Amino acid sequence: MRSAGRPGPAPYLARLSAAQGPGGGAMMRFMLLFSRQGKLRLQKWYLATSDKEKKKMVRELMQVVLARKPKMCSFLEWRDLKVVYKRYASLYFCCAIEGQDNELITLELIHRYVELLDKYFGSVCELDIIFNFEKAYFILDEFLMGGEIQDTSKKSVLKAIEQADLLQEEDESPRSVLEEMGLA
Amino acid sequence: MPAVSKGDGMRGLAVFISDIRNCKSKEAEIKRINKELANIRSKFKGDKALDGYSKKKYVCKLLFIFLLGHDIDFGHMEAVNLLSSNRYTEKQIGYLFISVLVNSNSELIRLINNAIKNDLASRNPTFMGLALHCIANVGSREMAEAFAGEIPKILVAGDTMDSVKQSAALCLLRLYRTSPDFVPMGDWTSRVVHLLNDQHLGVVTAATSLITTLAQKNPEEFKTSVSLAVSRLSRIVTSASTDLQDYTYYFVPAPWLSVKLLRLLQCYPPPDAAVRGRLTECLETILNKAQEPPKSKKVQHSNAKNAVLFEAISLIIHHDSEPNLLVRACNQLGQFLQHRETNLRYLALESMCTLASSEFSHEAVKTHIETVINALKTERDVSVRQRAVDLLYAMCDRSNAQQIVAEMLNYLETADYSIREEIVLKVAILAEKYAVDYTWYVDTILNLIRIAGDYVSEEVWYRVIQIVINRDDVQGYAAKTVFEALQAPACHENLVKVGGYILGEFGNLIAGDPRSSPLIQFNLLHSKFHLCSVPTRALLLSTYIKFVNLFPEIKTTIQDVLRSDSQLKNADVELQQRAVEYLRLSTIASTDILATVLEEMPPFPERESSILAKLKKKKGPGTVTDLEDIKKERNSDMNGGTESTPVNASTASTPSPSADLLGLGAAPVTSSAPPPSSTGSLLVDVFSDSASVVAPLAPGSEDNFARFVCKNNGVLFENQLLQIGLKSEFRQNLGRMFIFYGNKTSTQFLNFTPTLICSDELKSNILDLTEPLDMQIAVYALITVCQMHK
Repeated sequence: MRSAGRPGPAPYLARLSAAQGPGGGAMMRFMLLFSRQGKLRLQKWYLATSDKEKKKMVRELMQVVLARKPKMCSFLEWRDLKVVYKRYASLYFCCAIEGQDNELITLELIHRYVELLDKYFGSVCELDIIFNFEKAYFILDEFLMGGEIQDTSKKSVLKAIEQADLLQEEDESPRSVLEEMGLA
Repeated sequence: MPAVSKGDGMRGLAVFISDIRNCKSKEAEIKRINKELANIRSKFKGDKALDGYSKKKYVCKLLFIFLLGHDIDFGHMEAVNLLSSNRYTEKQIGYLFISVLVNSNSELIRLINNAIKNDLASRNPTFMGLALHCIANVGSREMAEAFAGEIPKILVAGDTMDSVKQSAALCLLRLYRTSPDFVPMGDWTSRVVHLLNDQHLGVVTAATSLITTLAQKNPEEFKTSVSLAVSRLSRIVTSASTDLQDYTYYFVPAPWLSVKLLRLLQCYPPPDAAVRGRLTECLETILNKAQEPPKSKKVQHSNAKNAVLFEAISLIIHHDSEPNLLVRACNQLGQFLQHRETNLRYLALESMCTLASSEFSHEAVKTHIETVINALKTERDVSVRQRAVDLLYAMCDRSNAQQIVAEMLNYLETADYSIREEIVLKVAILAEKYAVDYTWYVDTILNLIRIAGDYVSEEVWYRVIQIVINRDDVQGYAAKTVFEALQAPACHENLVKVGGYILGEFGNLIAGDPRSSPLIQFNLLHSKFHLCSVPTRALLLSTYIKFVNLFPEIKTTIQDVLRSDSQLKNADVELQQRAVEYLRLSTIASTDILATVLEEMPPFPERESSILAKLKKKKGPGTVTDLEDIKKERNSDMNGGTESTPVNASTASTPSPSADLLGLGAAPVTSSAPPPSSTGSLLVDVFSDSASVVAPLAPGSEDNFARFVCKNNGVLFENQLLQIGLKSEFRQNLGRMFIFYGNKTSTQFLNFTPTLICSDELKSNILDLTEPLDMQIAVYALITVCQMHK
């Protein structure tokens, strides 16, 4: 029987050739969120790629991940990258990392993101992410930048997001809001 | 509970999204989208200037439509306009849009860069954050050019807020990755290193990420970060779980930062003594903690803890200098190999592959071979089985090659089609590399063809033929084995190719047995003829003409076949040409000419295995070779050994003309690269007549030497690296000696130069001394010829 998707080179071999990648071998290339039906809910790319190529990669990778069975491990090889994925309810969270990246910590990075979403939305579900997609992006941006984790303190990330929300509710110029908050 | 109106609701957007979700078909969805696009287009073009809120809403809708997968070709201008708004949310949406829908219009780029510049200069940390994010998200060359000079200043300025520092560090990192030429090193680098000591762990984390990437290309600039990183790591690892508060993740202190610090340390070789001691302590603490009972049952706790552990093991492997740590790492991985959790088994197999190439731990890794073989057989997850294959390949050496190849062949029988070719290549490489007995090699390749013939690429079967041609000792066996294999009712075409070629060359070796008489061989091959593709048939035709030479008794049978219409009038030009020409050749050529034309193939020149090249190509550059190089380097001490300790084997010279017998075989030979002044411990001077000639005998070779008093051929000297053989011929007053140097290792000798030393009197007798042949990989023969008068 055929296994879904083409396997890439063994990670240790990828490690040895790691210096060739733009990230020096350790960089998150992209993150995808998609449903079991293959609907893409969020896509964040950390390396410039053409739209055509992005669509192709998304299609391929979704196929590979959706074909995996529940008991299988959370890591797989795809093209020349490592993919770390985890399913939360109806959503698959999928990160593609380079050869030298640490798989387990990426798994926890995914978990941290889910925790943030959960705290923000209050028991987050897929619908939240559909209807508030721009918020999902903002939270992700507060947490990851250029593919690297920005702040690992849950508290400070949530604080930053909540402050942004407060800013939204004020009609006055943001400058005075900041002054009120004592940030300026 | 969906918090639809969290903060600013944008009700219109929510309604639109609902509509799309309610569409029953793709066509309905497209219709709805087009309606909305038309609406937005008219609003953007309209006379009435849109207020910020509406603009924001429409831009967001466009973004949504884009993310659904439809192309958007307008809205950029409006998004850029949003950037100059003073309202945070409007700016935010504007930045999001342009980050996702990157546009290369130069006018737009100019405007965007302008907006970013303003926000960076605004001294408003939230706005600066947005701007930095946008630069990091887009990261284009234009942006790099515009801002790469500015950002380091922001990063190291004393009054920059922590959150902005974090963003600046990571933004700079992103720019460096895509446009390193725009980020020159400068004064700021030392200040960045200093950030490792910052109080705010978020800043330290961002700085560590930045330094790790920069250090790879500029190690000198950042080498002071090593000791800082070690002390930081040390503090984290020994901290109590309450110390780091926010940065403790499920009872693991600062796991992300720990992993990053360990990664930073992998950019550098092992540090000097003082720092190294601290680092070793640190690593030992991490290894110890892995053995303690877990503080929490949650998988997040163990994942975070193990993430740090695996990175620490990575560092230990990278340094490859502390045998104690390496063995402990190996043992830890060994434990994980049998863990309940699939993830850990996967990672352990992966890590062990790297460990296998370290000379300190190669043996330790081998002890787990049974576990790995078991994983290969029992793991349900194909990714894990693949790691097991990779590990077997990495841990393979002479002692376990047969076992490993057998297991891999076993696995091949049921392996996924997508990975078969890779396994075939690996088995072929291992079989050749570690073959002591080449009959085993031939069997292995034929098995490969039998099990996975479709995935046996040309390089593999070319190679087996090359090897059979080059090795006398296996030709008969190969002929016999392919003959038997061809008798299977359905054999793969690749087998017919190999069999056809080998029988064409060496069929005579088995023709004596009535079961494999020439006619039977021919009929066997010809029975497959019509089932084969054109290239195979062409090969078989060549075999037939070789048979005409080898087995004249079946010449007419073969000629009848060649003469048949299906050959002479074959639609394929190559086949037709071969049939016509071979038929003619068999008719008009005399036996001598036929024998010359169809002489046995000469040995192929040794060259680097093309199979290795193919595996390299498959895996990507610099992958497999590195492993092979690592294996070679591990053995290079052996090579070095050859060079530094002279291997002296020689026969002494004697000037006395009466000692004929000795004189004949008595050209002293020293084989060593180092200059003669190097002190070998080999000063047994048996024939001490001539003081001028250094002619010591290697210890233990006295017997060998003595043998040549009576024999012309044989082994003159042998140790575990080198074998020196002698073959001499004498005719009347001329004698000729061939001296063969055989490389017994599996790696190449470098700078191997034999020198001939003999006394002056003897020199006058030497008529001709041939330069050694060019060195090739693996076995080679050097021939020195000297002809002497009796």
